[in-house]
Amino acid sequence: MKQVTAGFDISSIIDIPPFSLSKQEKDGFYADVLYELTKHHYSNCVQYQKILDVLGFDPIIKHNKEDIPPVPVRLFKDYDLLSVEKSQIIKTMTSSGTTGQSISKIFLDRITSTNQTKVLIKIVSSFTGAKRLPMLIIDTKAVIKDRNLFSARGAGILGFSMLGYDVTYALDEDMQPDFDTVEAFCKKHKDKNILIFGFTFMIWEYFYKKLAETGKNFPLENGILIHGGGWKKLSEEAVDNKTFKSSLEGVCGIKRVYNYYGMVEQTGSIFMECEAGYLHSSIFSDVRVLRTDFSACGIHETGLVQLSSLLPFSYPGHVILSEDTGEIIGEDNCSCGRLGKYFKIHGRVIDAEIRGCSDTYE
Amino acid sequence: MNKNDNVTYLAGVKNVSTCPFVPYDDLLCEFLNDLSSDLRSSEESSAYPDVMAFAFWCRKANIAKLKTDFKKNGEVRLGLGVLFHIAPSNVPVNFAFSFVFGLLSGNANIVRVPSKPFPQIGIICAAIDRLFATDKYREIKAMTALIRYEQNDEITSMFSANCNARLIWGGDLTIRNIRKLAVQERCVDIAFSDRYSLCVIDAPSLIELNDTELTKLSEKFYNDTYLMDQNACSSPHLIVWQGAEKEVAKERFWTEVYHTVGEKYQLAAVSAVDKYTLLCKNAIELNNIKSFKQHSNYVYRVAVDKMIDNIDEFRGKFGYFFEYDTNDINSIAHIINNKYQTLTYFGVNKSELINFVFENSLLGIDRIVPIGQAMEMDVIWDGYDIVRSLSRIIEVK
Repeated sequence: MKQVTAGFDISSIIDIPPFSLSKQEKDGFYADVLYELTKHHYSNCVQYQKILDVLGFDPIIKHNKEDIPPVPVRLFKDYDLLSVEKSQIIKTMTSSGTTGQSISKIFLDRITSTNQTKVLIKIVSSFTGAKRLPMLIIDTKAVIKDRNLFSARGAGILGFSMLGYDVTYALDEDMQPDFDTVEAFCKKHKDKNILIFGFTFMIWEYFYKKLAETGKNFPLENGILIHGGGWKKLSEEAVDNKTFKSSLEGVCGIKRVYNYYGMVEQTGSIFMECEAGYLHSSIFSDVRVLRTDFSACGIHETGLVQLSSLLPFSYPGHVILSEDTGEIIGEDNCSCGRLGKYFKIHGRVIDAEIRGCSDTYE
Repeated sequence: MNKNDNVTYLAGVKNVSTCPFVPYDDLLCEFLNDLSSDLRSSEESSAYPDVMAFAFWCRKANIAKLKTDFKKNGEVRLGLGVLFHIAPSNVPVNFAFSFVFGLLSGNANIVRVPSKPFPQIGIICAAIDRLFATDKYREIKAMTALIRYEQNDEITSMFSANCNARLIWGGDLTIRNIRKLAVQERCVDIAFSDRYSLCVIDAPSLIELNDTELTKLSEKFYNDTYLMDQNACSSPHLIVWQGAEKEVAKERFWTEVYHTVGEKYQLAAVSAVDKYTLLCKNAIELNNIKSFKQHSNYVYRVAVDKMIDNIDEFRGKFGYFFEYDTNDINSIAHIINNKYQTLTYFGVNKSELINFVFENSLLGIDRIVPIGQAMEMDVIWDGYDIVRSLSRIIEVK
């Protein structure tokens, strides 16, 4: 195995189909890359080094990959975490999370950014086919024009846009369905497969609801919808994945709908939902589910979700502790035929009733 | 719209009458005695240790003892008038203590209970209501209003403008906001702000304990800390070790605490994430960490080798402690500011701790109590003699 010095050399595995390796085939190189990344971040990110020092974790010793301490995602909100010179940063991605909270800042250098795009295309096209498709984005072009380019929303749109051609935005600047444009788009690409991308909540709120309200229909039977961004707001309206799919099919005939799960801290190496309804880790990522003592949960046991990715080089995000709960369903034996771990996400950890005597002013 | 429309009255009357009593008046003491009996005989309350602890505090013998202590110096006193209490939102029975402190001081009481529907509130209010139904306590009923409303400055202003004293629980932010609301010129505010607490343990004394005694001590420590997720003002965050063989003592103590916590404590997933995140943040921000030890995710111990002045800004939670070794407690005098509230101790001579406060002329530390008593609410609290602060002294010559 050659030394990884300037970031993970993606070319060594980029041509391997992303869901084609068994645990045995994946574990060896995956552990090697995580080991190299841990050493890299330790040597180049002072905050990461301090954390590992306090935890007594020596990155030079090759530990089991499961023992590498995760970085809690909240740290990306509280600190500027970088593992390369500031001059190497070409863009900073931000994610606002819930309104009013502080934002995560993810610093990308050229290698990390390029790898994110390559891997995203690799993973998504394994679902949609290698051929580029005409693309409809269920959002407004204003997000991009806004120069708010590297919000997670803008970055997601730009990233996914690489997968299509004739990229068309379905919502106008006021977040209203642009009926004329979409109808023209559908007519133009009649009988072709169409790639559709959007954020779960936006699709529901500004696309589905408006179509349902107005009773209009779009002929998108040949569409393949990829959507992500979380279910928090929809679950408040008691809309689950099943309802989401059937409702959309109702207004525009879409049958192929794939949800994905991904964090701004690990852009690119997203987890795609398969035909059986499970999220899959690829050869570029891994997932672990932990008990509250941070030991590993068994299969079907709900716990805290820890994620790893081979992509983060310019910031210490290769192993992160999310604030989501989920459960592993299995590994290498999903009925969809893809190899790798597959799992479910149940949502955010529930805020506990904090006891104590400080805050009456609520 | 009438402001009262948003206020729910749980017990007592809408318009309280102002007729101050002498503190510890017989009627007030009997009321507490009856409240205690009612709660202690009710099946509902037995499920709630905090309700039972409150009921136990109100028992006849305790009140009689407090009364004797209070009357010792022969002062002539009367309640101030009407008190407005703003109870903390996250502690179910604190409102009840605040109410009885106000009552024992001889005052009429308007008590805002937490808006969260803790069952304990219903149980205690129902018991009070039962006593109010008897003719004996009509005077007390006429001077009591236990109320609930969602945070609303207009309502809080109305009660603030018409009271003689306010008891503001709930920390700095609450106090700052409530203080903006106007009160009468002679109105007294007793504000329970955010505080910080520490614990001192003598290592040799700990090593001498037999296993049973050690288990008892760890249970007491548990009650001081984990019982309230370490969020109470009096829960220690800093553990100071004194004397020989500290490492042996620590190992013994924390192993036992870990066992106790394992038996009694539910660490929520979100708390585990919070605790680990806090550790990472401390690792980044503190430069004086000597070592970190953990007993699973139940006990986190961060040993610091240099005592920084602002250690009180680094608070643990859910069982997260800072540890410091010294053979002279006076070496940490420089960290004590007026945020410090409770010093719990084990194996250390009380007089040594009193000297620590006095000889260093400390601005903080209002309570020095053995491990296990950090949470014991009483009429002396947070540096205030509450009954005296809520009554006026009548000078007679």
